[in-house]
Amino acid sequence: MRLGALLLAAATALPLPAAAEAIVAELSQTRVSITANFDGSEILVFGAVKREAPLPEGELDVVITVLGPLEPIVVRRKSRVAGIWVNTASVEVDAAPTFYAIATTGPLAAVMSDTEDLRHKVSIARAIRSVGAPQDVTDSESFTEALIRIRQDTGLYQLEEGGVRLKDATLFDTAFALPANLTEGEYRTRIFLTRDGTVIDRYETTISVSKVGLERYLFALAHDSPALYGLLSLLIAIAAGWGASSAFRYLRR
Amino acid sequence: MHIYLPIAEVSVNAFLILGIGGLVGVLSGMFGVGGGFLITPLLFFVGIPPAVAVATSTNQIVASSVSALFAHLRRRAVDMKMGSVLLAGGLAGSAVGVQIFNTLKSLGQVDLLVNLCYVVFLGVVGSLMLIESINALRNARRNGPPPKRRQRNWVHTWPLKMRFRTSGLYISVIPPLLVGVAVGVLAAIMGVGGGFIMVPAMIYLLGMPTKVVIGTSLFQIIFVTAFTTMAHAITNQTVDMMLALLLILGGVVGAQVGTGIGTRLKAEQLRILLALIVVGVCLKLALELVLPPAELYSLGSGA
Repeated sequence: MRLGALLLAAATALPLPAAAEAIVAELSQTRVSITANFDGSEILVFGAVKREAPLPEGELDVVITVLGPLEPIVVRRKSRVAGIWVNTASVEVDAAPTFYAIATTGPLAAVMSDTEDLRHKVSIARAIRSVGAPQDVTDSESFTEALIRIRQDTGLYQLEEGGVRLKDATLFDTAFALPANLTEGEYRTRIFLTRDGTVIDRYETTISVSKVGLERYLFALAHDSPALYGLLSLLIAIAAGWGASSAFRYLRR
Repeated sequence: MHIYLPIAEVSVNAFLILGIGGLVGVLSGMFGVGGGFLITPLLFFVGIPPAVAVATSTNQIVASSVSALFAHLRRRAVDMKMGSVLLAGGLAGSAVGVQIFNTLKSLGQVDLLVNLCYVVFLGVVGSLMLIESINALRNARRNGPPPKRRQRNWVHTWPLKMRFRTSGLYISVIPPLLVGVAVGVLAAIMGVGGGFIMVPAMIYLLGMPTKVVIGTSLFQIIFVTAFTTMAHAITNQTVDMMLALLLILGGVVGAQVGTGIGTRLKAEQLRILLALIVVGVCLKLALELVLPPAELYSLGSGA
């Protein structure tokens, strides 16, 4: 009975049984604090491949992803109506990551098979969840493409093929640039070890991003006691206006 | 130097925001307009989410208007009585405007309507002011003293007359009330203080002297924008105090500078300058509607 429970626990804890090669990894930081002068952050991911047996045949690769909190998004498209540009079509994306970065040792299609990509939702397009577009929109893919394009331009989505360094099929490391306009939440970090495109081991951890100090206080006040927050904002505005007026009058004398 | 804004959740260059605040402050002090019609588009441009930009700019307008109002109060250039009548109309109008805004929002396309409102009103007001002030300048050059503008028109024949001593007017309260309501409605829809509509309305419809108009308009704007700030803070939590503080720091200094410049220029020159700025913003917005955008797609937050 007890042994059975233990075995079951062991079986669920290890999704890939009998791993001949396993990942040992570490992050330079697992907490990111958003302070008043937060200007983005860099996270280093490094690790090694642990082996009990001699190096097997086949190409060894590493894929590392960092996934920010998901949120629903509306993608709108403009077209010309009576001479002016108007939003005429829109597609709602149920869950799009606020941040998503992938770094690999080579071209994504080569280091991970399509089946594995589908299973683990690794590529950017698969990390976005969208259930069907409205009837009048026939080309919903172009809306998802636009979402990816816009977010790639602002550095919120990153695909660094060849961004992971792998040394002697054992040591690997990469760096992710977290942008300045980061959302609070748990950032799921995954490392996949693949051989000939098949995932042979995976490692998962989270980076927690949160506001601290004054940023935390103001955000909490604005949501917990909005009336007080509004009055405080007005008070600051009136005091600053009056203060500047008096100061300038004093200076002119 | 970058600063992370807690409500907007973006990181911005502090000096850029100080500069925007300062520029708008100068205009506010010079012309008595809140500058909302400039600050909101400028904040969009630097990447602040629209909801936060609209709510926070109202808070900044309160500060720069208070700063400028003190300067006008000391010069006794504020008609409190007229200001209160305009304010009564303004609050009623703003309540109606918020209802209209929410109805339009549920129908979709609210962005387009706001933009069209901007183009139409800025265009009409700006062109009228430009034509009028150029004519006034020409006349002043040709025949010395300008012709007396305060003739008796329909405004002076309505009932419920009231004496506005500071403005030197004895007119019905109905026209100022109506002006207040109209400005309140537009202010709520367009997310601005409404000075750029109120100032010309006071000069051309009510016949108030230009020197009193600016202080009185500031007086009314302070209360209307304070009301709007509270409404945004309570219903949407979109007022960013950090952003407001930066804008205010730039704005209050700018407002003092602007008031100083304003007293040195002639009324006609002031009006030409304001008209040119209003027409310029209008043209820019109109071009954006007409020219093909670089990116056809845009992202909005989902339900």
